[in-house]
Amino acid sequence: MELSEHLFRREAGRLVASLTRIFGVHNLLLAEDVVQDAFCRALEVWKVRGVPDNPSAWLMAVAKHRALDVVRRERTARTFAPELARVLESEWSLASAIDEAFTSSVIRDEQLRMMFSCCHPRLPEDAQIALVLNTLCGFGASEISRAFLTSRAAMEKRIARGKKVLANAQRLFDLSDAEFGARLSAVQRALYLLFNEGYHSGSAESTVREELCDEAIRLTMLLLDAPLTAQPDTYALAALMFLHAARLPTRLDADGDLNPLLEQDRSRWDGWLVEEGLNLLDRSARGTVVSAYHLEAAIAAAHATAHGIETTNWREIVHLYDRLMDVAPSPVVALNRAIAIGQADGPGPGLEALRSIADADRLRHYPFYPAALGELEFRRGQFDAAREQFASAATLARNPAERRFLERRWRECRVP
Amino acid sequence: MSQFLYLYRMTAAARQEAMGTPERAQQSMQRWMKWMSDLEAKGHLKDRGQPLERTGKVVREQQAVTDGPYTEAKDLVGGYTIVEARDIDQAVELSYGCPILAGGGSVEVRPVMKMDF
Repeated sequence: MELSEHLFRREAGRLVASLTRIFGVHNLLLAEDVVQDAFCRALEVWKVRGVPDNPSAWLMAVAKHRALDVVRRERTARTFAPELARVLESEWSLASAIDEAFTSSVIRDEQLRMMFSCCHPRLPEDAQIALVLNTLCGFGASEISRAFLTSRAAMEKRIARGKKVLANAQRLFDLSDAEFGARLSAVQRALYLLFNEGYHSGSAESTVREELCDEAIRLTMLLLDAPLTAQPDTYALAALMFLHAARLPTRLDADGDLNPLLEQDRSRWDGWLVEEGLNLLDRSARGTVVSAYHLEAAIAAAHATAHGIETTNWREIVHLYDRLMDVAPSPVVALNRAIAIGQADGPGPGLEALRSIADADRLRHYPFYPAALGELEFRRGQFDAAREQFASAATLARNPAERRFLERRWRECRVP
Repeated sequence: MSQFLYLYRMTAAARQEAMGTPERAQQSMQRWMKWMSDLEAKGHLKDRGQPLERTGKVVREQQAVTDGPYTEAKDLVGGYTIVEARDIDQAVELSYGCPILAGGGSVEVRPVMKMDF
């Protein structure tokens, strides 16, 4: 029997969720110790006896057994989950309470509660994401720090601070809480940012990036699995992720350099993901609210279903960006809108839209602002102006992949 | 061919390092499985052996029984395997690939005594 990929990481999130149900969130570290212990046993036993037929069930059995031990040994000295205080006290109900915590519906619900708890309003967004990656996805601080280009020590601190907030909350977020709506938005936003981090950052190794996208999708699907969290905008968020993920194989070229949309080989886009993304987008069309996720997913769908740059419905895309500017205005959205105008109406109007971005000042460190100016100058034959823009874009590059890409565009700026 | 016992010894710190995160646990696991299956494929694996619990009892004269080995002991025996090799040099060489070494642990290689008197 082979080990399936990321088995331990996946199981870590599920086991921690169940154990937290029993021990209470204030004993999160204890839950993590029990999981670690189960992994140690697995390593010792499996290496001589081989991987069992059902490794997840094996790990779960060990974790249950340890949980039973811990509760029996420490129930007088420690308080466990307040919701379960009475059933854990009595030998009559202890074992069945622990069994119940490991049933698949409870594992799902506890993961959801954990996700909601991680997105606590007292935590900044980057801490929320780090906490989600640590407690639900089984990533260690060093692994997360590599993806986010921070030091391991800083990431450990960030996670520890987050866990303190979790512990102080006494219990995991209850999905029937009055704050549910606001917290669901925070969860969606954290998953959106997690996906973006994986999709856009040219910095981390590509395997790490794909894992971040995979995890964002997995957790979003978990939201869709429960009626309460499967809201129209959650469907839209999932659609958006699927449609972007379909293009992941072509985002980098063979040398690992950024590959702009214009040059991507569309035959290598993942057809299954496009189709699933479109299905999800269909299912998101309920209710009366058109969220930013709906609009971004619709834009991604317009790209994913076009056969090429020329046959892309740029007019429709400009229209969607106009609406996105109403719902969630930002300089980056305005930049993308201007690029779409450049495609729909030509470089002149595109440049004009770029130059009239309201708070373009906030883009002054963003390399793709001068790069967009450069592309449009290039297209209207102003090669010197284009060169200048690409040169200044290259000085703003945030990682080697961006720099190589922008320098290449700079070199290409001569009369064809 | 002669038989040799591999005793796997590991410090608590090395275990912690090897198992630090789920992803590292998975990598350790994969390295162990690969090493074992290589031994098996080349016909060196006589007995996969057994893992050992971390604690037990130590018995001395006059039934003086204590808990042990002590958890603070530097190298705890975590398990054993029996391999077949030409001689101790080959048995030692085969152990070089053992993943426990990378984590700061050790493999004690002991010839099984031959009773050919």
